Amino acid sequence: MKLKLEKMNGCSVIFIQEERIDAHNSGELKEYILHMIEHGEINIIVQLESVRFIDSSGLGALLSGYKNAAAKSGKLALACCKQQVLSMFELTRLNRVFEIYTDLNEAFENEA
Amino acid sequence: MCNSVLQVDVIIPTQTKYLDLIGSIGEHIAKDLDDFSGDREALAYHLNLVLTEATTNAIKHATLMTPKDTVRITIHIQDNELNIKVYDHGQGFDLETVPLPDFDQPKESGMGLYFIRTLMDSVTYTKKSDCNVLEIIKHL
Repeated sequence: MKLKLEKMNGCSVIFIQEERIDAHNSGELKEYILHMIEHGEINIIVQLESVRFIDSSGLGALLSGYKNAAAKSGKLALACCKQQVLSMFELTRLNRVFEIYTDLNEAFENEA
Repeated sequence: MCNSVLQVDVIIPTQTKYLDLIGSIGEHIAKDLDDFSGDREALAYHLNLVLTEATTNAIKHATLMTPKDTVRITIHIQDNELNIKVYDHGQGFDLETVPLPDFDQPKESGMGLYFIRTLMDSVTYTKKSDCNVLEIIKHL
């Protein structure tokens, strides 16, 4: 899983640098986020601009991060979803769970 | 309407690195269909997703049994019907007992079959003596 982590406006921003999140790399993403949370990075924004495909295991990895961050009074939000990726959150009603922002500026205004 | 006739037959090792390949085949098929009047981009994503989910299931079932197993995937289009079959050699499962996801208390797993059932027109799972077949049909 190619990704980049940056601290911005008090948040840990994960830039996913893959076009595809599926069962081949979602386990790695889940572990990475879990490791961050265990080390106290509990305000996380996942930037999904490069991602044009996500499957159920990818949604599961993000949901795992959301639940683990929430358990430590933190938050995991999403930003820059492509329309078809967003439609997967809508189909599973996970758009009611995650805060999903159009861009990082909007995310910082609400999360930072 | 779609009048294409197409048959694809692929056998892959039970490794998740091949999911991209299988999903991409579905995406390409959707984009190259003749006489398809629906939302081609949506169909491309849905076929990518359904093939990815079905193959992931087969890989998971098979890997538990024999690590050097293979998964066979066939895609057949004829008379406006797209038919996907995914063959696994695992213990199999009862499709009818797989519950819908609980949207009020979402879980990290269990969404794959929901996607397949929601996006396609018919899904069956048949246990045979030498393998199991997940058959998915979509009317184009």
